[in-house]
Amino acid sequence: MAERADVVFVDGVRTPFGKAGEKGMYWNTRADDLVVKAIVGLLERNPNAPKDQIDDVAIAATTQTGDQGLTIGRSAAILAGLPKSVPGFAIDRMCAGAMTSVAMLAGSIGYGQYRLAIGGGVEHMGHHPMGSGVDPNPRFVAEKMVSEDALVMGATAERIHDRFPHLTKERADRYALGSQQRTASAYEAGKIQQDLVPVAIRTTEGWGLATRDEVMRPETTLEGLAGLKTPFRPHGRVTAGNASGLNDGATAALLASGDAAKEYGLNVKMKLVSYAFAGVDPAIMGIGPVPATEKALRIAGLKMDDIGILEVNEAFAVQVLSLLDHYGIDDDDPRVNPWGGAIAVGHPLASSGVRLMNQLASQFAERPDVRYGITTMCVGLGQGGTMIWENPNYSRKAAKKA
Amino acid sequence: MTDYTKIDFTELAGMFDDEVVTHSYVRDIPLSAGRTLALVTLDNGRDHTRPNTLGPNTLLEYAATLDRLAERAAAGEIHAVAVTGKPFILAAGADLSKVSQLPNRESGLRIAQLGHFALGKLATVGVPSFAFINGLALGGGVEIGLHADYRTVDASLPALALPEVFLGMIPGWGGATLLPNLIGIENALKIVVENPLKQNRTIKAPDVLELGIADVMFPSVNYLEDSIRWADDVLSGRVKVKRPNEPGKVERLVKWDAAIGIAKKMLQSRIGTVPKSPYAALELLKAAKSGTREEGFAREDEMLADLVSGDQFHASIYAFNLVQKRAKRPAGAPDKALAKPVTKVGVLGAGYMASQFALLFLRRLQVPVIITDLDQERVDKGVAYITGEIDTLLGKGRISPDEANRLKALVHGTTDKSEFADCDWVIEAVFEELSIKQDVFAEIEKVVSPEAVLATNTSSLSVEEIGAKLEHPERVVGFHFFTPVAVMPLIEVVKTSKTDDATLSTAMVTAAKLKKNAVITADTPGFVVNRLLAVLLGEAMRAVDEGTSFETVDQAMAPLGLPMAPSALLDLVGLKVGAHVLDTHHAAFPDRFYRSENLHALADYGTLLEKDDKGKVKGFDKGALKIVAGGTNPSTAEEILTRLEDGLARETRLMLDDEVVAAAEDIDLCMILGAGFPFQMGGLTPYLDRVGASERVFGDTFHHPPVKGVES
Repeated sequence: MAERADVVFVDGVRTPFGKAGEKGMYWNTRADDLVVKAIVGLLERNPNAPKDQIDDVAIAATTQTGDQGLTIGRSAAILAGLPKSVPGFAIDRMCAGAMTSVAMLAGSIGYGQYRLAIGGGVEHMGHHPMGSGVDPNPRFVAEKMVSEDALVMGATAERIHDRFPHLTKERADRYALGSQQRTASAYEAGKIQQDLVPVAIRTTEGWGLATRDEVMRPETTLEGLAGLKTPFRPHGRVTAGNASGLNDGATAALLASGDAAKEYGLNVKMKLVSYAFAGVDPAIMGIGPVPATEKALRIAGLKMDDIGILEVNEAFAVQVLSLLDHYGIDDDDPRVNPWGGAIAVGHPLASSGVRLMNQLASQFAERPDVRYGITTMCVGLGQGGTMIWENPNYSRKAAKKA
Repeated sequence: MTDYTKIDFTELAGMFDDEVVTHSYVRDIPLSAGRTLALVTLDNGRDHTRPNTLGPNTLLEYAATLDRLAERAAAGEIHAVAVTGKPFILAAGADLSKVSQLPNRESGLRIAQLGHFALGKLATVGVPSFAFINGLALGGGVEIGLHADYRTVDASLPALALPEVFLGMIPGWGGATLLPNLIGIENALKIVVENPLKQNRTIKAPDVLELGIADVMFPSVNYLEDSIRWADDVLSGRVKVKRPNEPGKVERLVKWDAAIGIAKKMLQSRIGTVPKSPYAALELLKAAKSGTREEGFAREDEMLADLVSGDQFHASIYAFNLVQKRAKRPAGAPDKALAKPVTKVGVLGAGYMASQFALLFLRRLQVPVIITDLDQERVDKGVAYITGEIDTLLGKGRISPDEANRLKALVHGTTDKSEFADCDWVIEAVFEELSIKQDVFAEIEKVVSPEAVLATNTSSLSVEEIGAKLEHPERVVGFHFFTPVAVMPLIEVVKTSKTDDATLSTAMVTAAKLKKNAVITADTPGFVVNRLLAVLLGEAMRAVDEGTSFETVDQAMAPLGLPMAPSALLDLVGLKVGAHVLDTHHAAFPDRFYRSENLHALADYGTLLEKDDKGKVKGFDKGALKIVAGGTNPSTAEEILTRLEDGLARETRLMLDDEVVAAAEDIDLCMILGAGFPFQMGGLTPYLDRVGASERVFGDTFHHPPVKGVES
């Protein structure tokens, strides 16, 4: 009989995130190559992990056609040079794709079926624009199951502003500015780069090397943000400045059971405490992290007060604010996205979950005073996902000092 | 020493006015510790089917790019330079599209000098230089990298080679000088001389690393990223590059000249002394032992200028284009869409030749192959040969066990011809006698569908006559292989006056699937290759019968530079076959082809050459010499050569007049692929033109203008 096991996050990496579209750095790079390079980079950093002992490769993508098709977890495993004996599969929960791949692999590890696994995600939104090739069932609208806004993410974000009038555009812009600034200082200190794998990119001017996220705007100002168009509503509140953009990128993480990590001498960056996914009205999908986090905390037997760092995906600033508001956390609370977030570095849908984990894991290493952290994100069609992690470097002494 | 900066290359660049320019793009790559690598990408903007090539305009742009980088290096803006290619391709070497039109030796010299001028700049850019050999690298493509300080190679590299000697040149943009000083003289001999002469063999990434051409190899998946990181490590001193094959003092003092000497002897015995380029390469490699790079480059310049203005180079380029282009689009081939599917193959006969056919069809078409013969014993023997060969392939790891099972399950032997009913391609390889062949075809026609193609491997009979007794002669085609079947690349596809387009197309498509080059010939005696070899053997035997020694005959034909002398050719094909070939051609054209009673006597006697235990030829057999003794009118070597050249010119002219093939080019293609006639002869007709045989025989040349060198 298989035995229940601890689940640990050994390591995670990602490609630099690019700007989607013809002018973006990855326009001539295949989506599958992006995630393959992430997997290769991950395994190079963890040479102790025996490749032939990897039990599964789960790669998420929202659009699973073209260079994101062909059961991308399996095809990426082959392309990355993993032994053919290592299986793989594709997974999709839109923005929470990579988070779901980690969670589902974690379930398999926790239940003793797997000991080592690779999870991650990729989204090349240049090659696969949001909503391309979808054919929504007419019943959604005919039977008023969801509002028409539900499929336009910006419109769902406007609805958060509607529901919580005190979450103003000004607060959203201020939050967005903070994200840019925190990202800039994290870059300055070399904190983000440590988990990036460089990607050779083909351009009309020859080969280049992507080593940084492409869309950061450290020069952002409140005034600048205030003047941006509101593409989802006339005189609305959601702008390109207080939302994440359209991006290309990929992530990969190595997960293990506690005893496998011990056996192979793998460094443990985080221990999984709990995870949960939850549904909300698709028309206001951005509040999904609230019920998901409630649930994950309940399963973990923890309270928000126990959480030292929150890595919240910044699909939209207002969506982050709605979560913070729910828990009475200040907009500029230093526990929240200390190294900035998706508004600055970008959000290639299905890949982002592991980026949150990478950043949380790196902060855990620096912060023995923090015991628990959260990664959470909202998901299209009205969902939220949350994973709660424990810091293996935690020490009571450090916590007392802090 | 040549000051390349003082040479004006604009005229040369102007001659290549429609060059597909391979551009040199530069992007800065950030490295650790604030360093910057300037990465040069060579890209002609086309996909991988049009590889990067290096013409004068490409080289001038590359040179200008490196000049700018040298300035930036001096200003401290960049700390390293690397050169790489577009996906799958670094560069396939010099742009040869115009080299056969260069007006004089001077312009050839300019090409050599421009290569040194441009490629040499990587070595003097002022910061460490790297070549990232990311894909196909041939000739000048390799030499780009040789001028760099360090090299990496992509593990999936399909091919790297210095094929110049194969084309009648030498690696004259630094290769002949730099390579031996990088990887040692013996390795350099392999790359520069040996491989080009082995059907232009190329090497793959592991060998590139092993020989020391590259310092390190990285897997394809992350090749460029890894190469950049490695360059960073080299710059920062984290990686120290070791070159175990780099020649030391001892090698220079002791090994170098000896290796050259051995190579020269081997060349002389293998290919004779007619081809110039291998010996020119040896001379350069020998001289590369000492002195400066610049002196080496100057020697390369002069040597390259000599060669590219000479006859052999022009003939070689002509031959190369035939093999590369014309062979792939055979003249007179009907639309491929007309070809009928071949889903089951029948082989009539189970002897050695038939079994070889069966094996080839089996491996290449991977369809059921059925063989038959007069009795079960012969059939079993044929099947056993085939399955044995499959096991050999399996044992060598050339095919997987699954593949071996698949192939074995596809082959079947029977004496029951009715099992041929669903074959759509039947090839016969029975005894070379008209009535027998007619009968087996007539018998099989009763069984197979009216559309099934009937192919004959006859070498001396009329294909049309073989099909004369058939109800559907339009599906009969000649399909003449050369032995050994697995190795020789040519098939003469013989079209009779009745052969229909669907049948001809099926034959051409099938030949291509067998990975053979097919040339369409008319149904005339000997088709192309045997008819011309019959001229050669006939003139040889005529001279012998008249009292000339075999030695003199062999020497007489040596200036052609053929792969073997007439005596060796007779020994290879067999004296009986030789006599038979002369007989059939004499019977067809009694006034032009010689038949030799002596050759029949020799065939009965059985031996011409005296060999030692290992099969090495020691001389002529004494008994054989007795048989041919008695002639009283010996010829000189010159007389024999002239007779041979004239005979070949006459026969070739007649074949073209009779439209045996579409053009002189097809004759040459046949002789190159079917008889191993050398590139430096251009097959046959360029040689006949340049030695004056065409002029002597029919007062003109085969080619206008003739394929030959330029005035110096």
